[in-house]
Amino acid sequence: MGKWLPVLTVILAIFAGWYATVPFMNIKETLSALERAGAVVTPDSPIERRDAPSFALVVKNSFAVPATYAQDRPRLPAPHQVALDLWQTTVEKKITSKRSLVYHGWITLSATLLGFVIGTGGGILLAVGIVHSRAMDMSVMPWAIASQTIPILAIAPMIIVVLNSVGIQGLVPKAIISAYLSFFPVVVGMVKGLRAPDAMQLDLLKTYHATQAQVFWKLRLPASMPYLFASLKIGVAAALVGAIVAELPAGGARGLGGRMLTGSYYGQMVQIWSALVLAAVLAAVLVLLIGLAQRMTLKRMGLT
Amino acid sequence: MAPSAIAPVISAKSLDLTFQTADAPVHALKDVSLDILPGDFVSFIGPSGCGKTTFLRCIAGLETPTGGTLTVNGMSADEARRARAYGYVFQAAGLYPWRTISGNIKLPLEIMGYSKADQNSRVAEVLELVELSDFGGKFPWQLSGGMQQRASIARALAFDADILLMDEPFGALDEIVRDHLNEQLLELWARTDKTIAFVTHSIPEAVYLSTKIVVMSPRPGRITDVIDSPLPKERPLDIRDTPEFIEIAHRVREGLRAGHADD
Ligand SMILES: Nc1ncnc2c1ncn2[C@@H]1O[C@H](COP(=O)(O)OP(=O)(O)O)[C@@H](O)[C@H]1O
Ligand SMILES: [Mg+2]
Repeated sequence: MGKWLPVLTVILAIFAGWYATVPFMNIKETLSALERAGAVVTPDSPIERRDAPSFALVVKNSFAVPATYAQDRPRLPAPHQVALDLWQTTVEKKITSKRSLVYHGWITLSATLLGFVIGTGGGILLAVGIVHSRAMDMSVMPWAIASQTIPILAIAPMIIVVLNSVGIQGLVPKAIISAYLSFFPVVVGMVKGLRAPDAMQLDLLKTYHATQAQVFWKLRLPASMPYLFASLKIGVAAALVGAIVAELPAGGARGLGGRMLTGSYYGQMVQIWSALVLAAVLAAVLVLLIGLAQRMTLKRMGLT
Repeated sequence: MAPSAIAPVISAKSLDLTFQTADAPVHALKDVSLDILPGDFVSFIGPSGCGKTTFLRCIAGLETPTGGTLTVNGMSADEARRARAYGYVFQAAGLYPWRTISGNIKLPLEIMGYSKADQNSRVAEVLELVELSDFGGKFPWQLSGGMQQRASIARALAFDADILLMDEPFGALDEIVRDHLNEQLLELWARTDKTIAFVTHSIPEAVYLSTKIVVMSPRPGRITDVIDSPLPKERPLDIRDTPEFIEIAHRVREGLRAGHADD
């Protein structure tokens, strides 16, 4: 149990910091609301309050602190508000409802998984090509690196719009952006993994007069497994980010990205936080699943 | 039949090899001529950098000489490699960590297309030969360094090659383990009729094992002495205390010293 203590400590510290920040972030709106309801607040002029530092407002209106945790549209929602919203939008809503976070989560997850499969498959194929062909090594790698220097936020709307104009929309464009983000770590990791066997191991196969294909299946591929799983973990998280980013310009307010976007349109910070938390949970679960697959595979290979 | 009438298994004539490196060319082998006969156990000894590994790799077709001729089983070294004429044992065992010991020994058999049944019987046979029968199902990390090296020798013995090339196979092992493995190797050699080329930098090891000792010296790498051992084929470990043994060891040491004197 010793290893959980530091983890718990950090979590507690984060929550404590979060709760401590809430009053300062929400004090202005809270005071305005209280004033409308007839309370006496200092200073009583909205303009003076706008220019006053939050710290001073909290100190002068300490009676208002509990109310900062119970705002309808808080600038920074308290953890329990996010938790309540999550409960309401996942457990208490039918999953077919447009207000169900499970519904939106599934939309994002399906794009993530499809993109991840495409990106991983493409990444592995590219890596195999790069390792076996000097021409591909020289020509593909620079482009793969260059592709990652273009901000995804800039390229995502272009991909969406272009694909839309040829009649492709919904899942596929999002999956493509996911794939775009997830293929790169897989390429880099697999190239490294497929090149992991040293000169002696390659010479040994040469003494058997092994074919290139035999070298690949018997040596390079098994040797690359630990590298593959390390990149898959990064790749799946990148795929999720890609799917969410792709949902921002996609319109339609679908998926976790859509929830975040509508949340910011209507000042619904709680909604944004809920979507964020669910995205984080999804990412954690995906990485965990890959970790599980990694342990099972490497254990079966005797590599643990 | 006179010895000269027997066709050599490995025959090098005026072999030369210069590595073109970034700074200066390295003359790794100069005018190396040597015949190795069927059933010979030949040791190559010399200070590091004298071209022992390079010569062995030339025989294996892993390095291409820049001059001279080299035949293995009457073919060029590269043809012999394609014909799988030899098993090669590297200094490091180099077993695949994701394969069991049996799986590692099967590797060349799978590549060479032996049938499943044949693979299994051959694995059992060579495991017996290197006294690892109980360890076929273990993974390499579960074995000691000496056992791993024995497994790698078994891997080189599993297919039908009558030449065994060994590059300091016991160099990384302690002396007690090494003595034992030397004894086993001699036994194995006597039982299998293989022709063995063995690189070492230990004088006792060279003298104990070999029918022929090739002394080499560096810069440029060349042969300075070839000693035919008068020791009998049957060699208990205590043969190392006999006057004959000490005399050969002395001659090897002299050869090594002479090579150094030119520096
Ligand atoms: N691939 C190579 N490229 C350049 N120089 C090499 C290469 N392989 C070996 N050499 C050089 O050739 C010489 C002989 O090396 P080697 O055969 O490994 O010696 P030994 O095995 O006797 O210690 C050394 O000087 C070494 O640095
Ligand atoms: Mg060497």
